[in-house]
Amino acid sequence: MNTALLEATDLAVTYASSRGPVVALQGLNARLGAGEFLSVLGPSGCGKSTLLKVVAGLLAPSGGSITLEGAPITGPRRDVGIVFQQPTLLPWQTVLDNVLLPIRTLGMDGVAGRQRALELLELVGLAKFASHYPNELSGGMQQRVGIARGIIHDPKLLLMDEPFAALDAMSREHMMIELQRIWLATKKSVVFITHSIPEAVFLSDRIVVLSERPGRTVREVRVDLPRPRNIDTMASPAFASYANELRAFFSTLGTA
Amino acid sequence: MTLSERTKTILYPLILLVVLIAIWDGAIRFFKVPNYILPTPAAVLEAMHRGYIEGLYWKHFFYTLQSMVSGYLLGCTLAFLLGCLFAESRTCERLLYPYVVALQSMPKVALAPLIIVWFGFDLASKVVMVSLVCFFPMFINTAVGLKQTNPALLDLMRAFSASRLHVLLHIKIPSAAGHIFAGLQIAIVLGLIGAVVAEFVSSTKGLGHLINAAAVNLETNTMFAALFSLAVLGILGSQAIRRLHARVVFWDRGAIAQAPLSE
Repeated sequence: MNTALLEATDLAVTYASSRGPVVALQGLNARLGAGEFLSVLGPSGCGKSTLLKVVAGLLAPSGGSITLEGAPITGPRRDVGIVFQQPTLLPWQTVLDNVLLPIRTLGMDGVAGRQRALELLELVGLAKFASHYPNELSGGMQQRVGIARGIIHDPKLLLMDEPFAALDAMSREHMMIELQRIWLATKKSVVFITHSIPEAVFLSDRIVVLSERPGRTVREVRVDLPRPRNIDTMASPAFASYANELRAFFSTLGTA
Repeated sequence: MTLSERTKTILYPLILLVVLIAIWDGAIRFFKVPNYILPTPAAVLEAMHRGYIEGLYWKHFFYTLQSMVSGYLLGCTLAFLLGCLFAESRTCERLLYPYVVALQSMPKVALAPLIIVWFGFDLASKVVMVSLVCFFPMFINTAVGLKQTNPALLDLMRAFSASRLHVLLHIKIPSAAGHIFAGLQIAIVLGLIGAVVAEFVSSTKGLGHLINAAAVNLETNTMFAALFSLAVLGILGSQAIRRLHARVVFWDRGAIAQAPLSE
């Protein structure tokens, strides 16, 4: 795996706050291969979201390097898609128009975009809701619109910042299976930020574990579970051993 | 027999109105209040008839309506544009902020005599006065509303390389719509005050002038008739904005239901 799509080397991020400078990340190393699903797992406030903002080009690193296809990330790039913790849809636009947002801001072909948006809505199971408004949809459905919007412009890399954290437990499980299905269908490279161990194990090819703030890479786990994974996977001994391993690791970390 | 909720909302205030008029009429008869202090409902009705059936008040009504509408549109448009500029440009904000605060804390109606001196006795001075009082609530609400756009939405738009104009038009202005309509709502009430004050200071037409002229002759029934006309103008204006609000900001119905109470 020498052709990394995304590579972070000794990445450090310090930002100013009202209480002085905050070191959010320090000595973070991670790489992502093309088509890979990578989870970044860490406790709350470990700088996971900061990492995502850096990859999205919304925040400049203060040390180390981060490259996408070998080129340093200096600002937002059109070949990166993003999905936030909250769906952050525009309530005054229909589901279809919300999905089309990146097409409009990036000045892409509207007719082709529309076609693709309808296909993606089909893929995320919301074809019937194209002309609905976001507040007519459940939280899980809204987040699926967010996912469709994140990949409408066919990015090489999809960034997801705890996209299911705001959902109830049942929709979360459902959405994990949905996301895997969408990922298998689109084969995007994904960086998935989460603080949920089962979520990370279920979805990932690889998991990068961050320490508490300042976040740095403290462990990397490759998840070799056959795909497509399903509800039964979650009950399998292999799944449990991955989850337990991570849980045990966090408990030693937590007392430190 | 059960009445629908809608019928009740209309019927109950009407019942109260009838009761109040009856008390009003009864009190005048009982305490023998002279007509130049408080007119009877019949006398007010007679003045209304003279004004709107025989048509003596229409020119006053339309004069006030005209100054109100033109001043409102002028003031609110300017306030909206400046509000956008203010929210978008940090330099502009720094430059203007102290003056905005100073002007805002000054009672604008105190400027009425000066405005008459500058813009004459005719419609122009009334329009200027109305736009001046409409300006501030609209300006402040626009600027505050635009600045309160959800930061996550702005991050998202940055991540998708949206242009500044795109963000302003498609994200910030719709986000601020609730604030902007609240500004429009306050402005319509204040605008009417502005129109009347300007007419008080100097005018030969308008409902404010009508009240002033009637006061000289102690024609309280005319004064009441003009006051009711002003109330009708105010209600029509507020309702028009409310309807527009509900139609434009269709995604936020809760805020609209609360709007009239927040005035």
